[in-house]
Amino acid sequence: MGRIQLKDVTKSFGDVQVIPPLNLTIEDGEFTVFVGPSGCGKSTLLRLIAGLEDITSGVIEINGEDATDVVPARRGLAMVFQSYALYPHMSVRKNIAFPLRMAKMGQDEIDKRVTAAAEVLNLTDYLDRRPGQLSGGQRQRVAIGRAIVREPAAFLFDEPLSNLDAALRVGMRMEISELHKKLDTTMIYVTHDQVEAMTMADKIVVLQAGNIEQVGSPLELYQRPRNTFVAGFIGSPKMNLISGAEAAKYDAATIGIRPEHIDLSETEGPWKGVVGVSEHLGSDTFFHIQCDFSDEPLTVRASGELTLEYGATVHLTPRAEYLHRFDAEGLRIE
Amino acid sequence: MARAVTTKRKTLTTALAWAIGLLIFFPILWTILTSFKTEAQAIANPPIFLNFDWTLENYAIVQERSDYMRFLWNSVILAGGSTLLGIIIAVPAAWSMAFVPSKRTKDILLWMLSTKMLPAVGVLYPIYLLFIELGLLDSRAGLVIVLMLINLPIIVWMLYTYFREIPGEILEAARMDGATLKEELLYILTPMAIPGIASTVLLNFILAWNEAFWTLNLTAVDAAPLTAFIASYSSPEGLFFAKLSAASTMAIAPILILGWFSQKQLVRGLTFGAVK
Repeated sequence: MGRIQLKDVTKSFGDVQVIPPLNLTIEDGEFTVFVGPSGCGKSTLLRLIAGLEDITSGVIEINGEDATDVVPARRGLAMVFQSYALYPHMSVRKNIAFPLRMAKMGQDEIDKRVTAAAEVLNLTDYLDRRPGQLSGGQRQRVAIGRAIVREPAAFLFDEPLSNLDAALRVGMRMEISELHKKLDTTMIYVTHDQVEAMTMADKIVVLQAGNIEQVGSPLELYQRPRNTFVAGFIGSPKMNLISGAEAAKYDAATIGIRPEHIDLSETEGPWKGVVGVSEHLGSDTFFHIQCDFSDEPLTVRASGELTLEYGATVHLTPRAEYLHRFDAEGLRIE
Repeated sequence: MARAVTTKRKTLTTALAWAIGLLIFFPILWTILTSFKTEAQAIANPPIFLNFDWTLENYAIVQERSDYMRFLWNSVILAGGSTLLGIIIAVPAAWSMAFVPSKRTKDILLWMLSTKMLPAVGVLYPIYLLFIELGLLDSRAGLVIVLMLINLPIIVWMLYTYFREIPGEILEAARMDGATLKEELLYILTPMAIPGIASTVLLNFILAWNEAFWTLNLTAVDAAPLTAFIASYSSPEGLFFAKLSAASTMAIAPILILGWFSQKQLVRGLTFGAVK
């Protein structure tokens, strides 16, 4: 069981309020991702849940019980840090066994659990090595092993993959997702990478300046962003946001259209533009097209076979059913 | 060409280093040599360097006149006890300063160090009276406490510097893993800081061993360490340089040997943080 509830939680460092009153419920077994640009308060929020920082006001409940003043050790949560935070003076075996030793578990049970965890994470051959003798990916797995052995109410991940190289990151992303399916335990995962958020989450919490901008499933956020911030943040490449006279035609202050929802034609379409940089990814090609009504070029996705010359004139047609409209405050208009 | 200059410079600096080293070591060497001379040869003019009649009689006389082992034992207890007590108090202090600093932490560190600037003799009278009042005069317990207090600022400073090098996330990980504060200090922080703690222990052991002002003023017989043992040979009945030298050699021998074997640790300890 791992249901976590934040009620009117705030956090201030001195006079600076980094988390304004915030309410959030994370259901048992859910994979929740906190995502946002750096400095948005997502790591602080995670540390508040962990108990590593004290909240300024409000209540944190874990499984319906008030955990606001409970020390981190007694909250029943396990955390994986960005720097892995392994104990350098202990072998892998002792690192993984440490939380069990702290729980005063019997040696037989400790051995059993460490062996099982090592098997799940492919660490069996490395149990007697020190963290210093392991690669980045192996260290990451030791950190995860240390978290899973004690069967916590929830796992907290603080940007666990950002120290790994790109190829390894994709692999570990899959491993963590698979672990979640296997264990079925609540996981809270902090990242600044919206691709990680989209691929792993059951529920994404988009944060900006300590405020929750939107909470929802990856597809909800993608299809119905609540405001221009979420619209611009979720999705890669970014949604095209257009304001001014062109948006007014649609009765909106700003309109948004994703690169894959614009049709490209050499002859006809309401928007006329000039082809700039093309990015060929093989499967897709992204064209950056400068239209006269927008300061920034629009990104348009086309099939990988299509090539257009730099400086060529093209016509664009946004698909009406995928057009997002936002008011002057940046909020979505239904 | 450039290489030749470098070699020349290297030879010069090596020679200079040796010269300075020998200059510093010379008084100790002279003391050791004198301890093997007769009293007459010890004060001979011009001084005799090596070609004297080597004798061990000074050591025999010193051992006969005073019980070396008792003084040695007191020195070990005072230096060891004060260092151990200091470490036990300083580890939590340095932990809080390094990992949960407040606005005043820097001030407290400086204030602690400032107590070392006070001339010891300035507080001799009040402390002497306190010792009489508490019945601590000439007791090992009293001396252990005073020596510990004298060295505590240095111990805290050194440990603070070492602890600052340990990433806070590792301690947070221990907290998340269910470690209490005591377990966090015992199983994570202390083992990780062992090299630093070892150098701190060594340096403070040596400082406490060599401390002469308080040990001479606050002890008489029972708690008197080797400093008092040496001092007893510079007596008003006349100067006996050879015997005084023998006593000094016996007093510094243990710490000299300890220092010799732990040179590496000591140098590392003193330069830690400066060369990262």
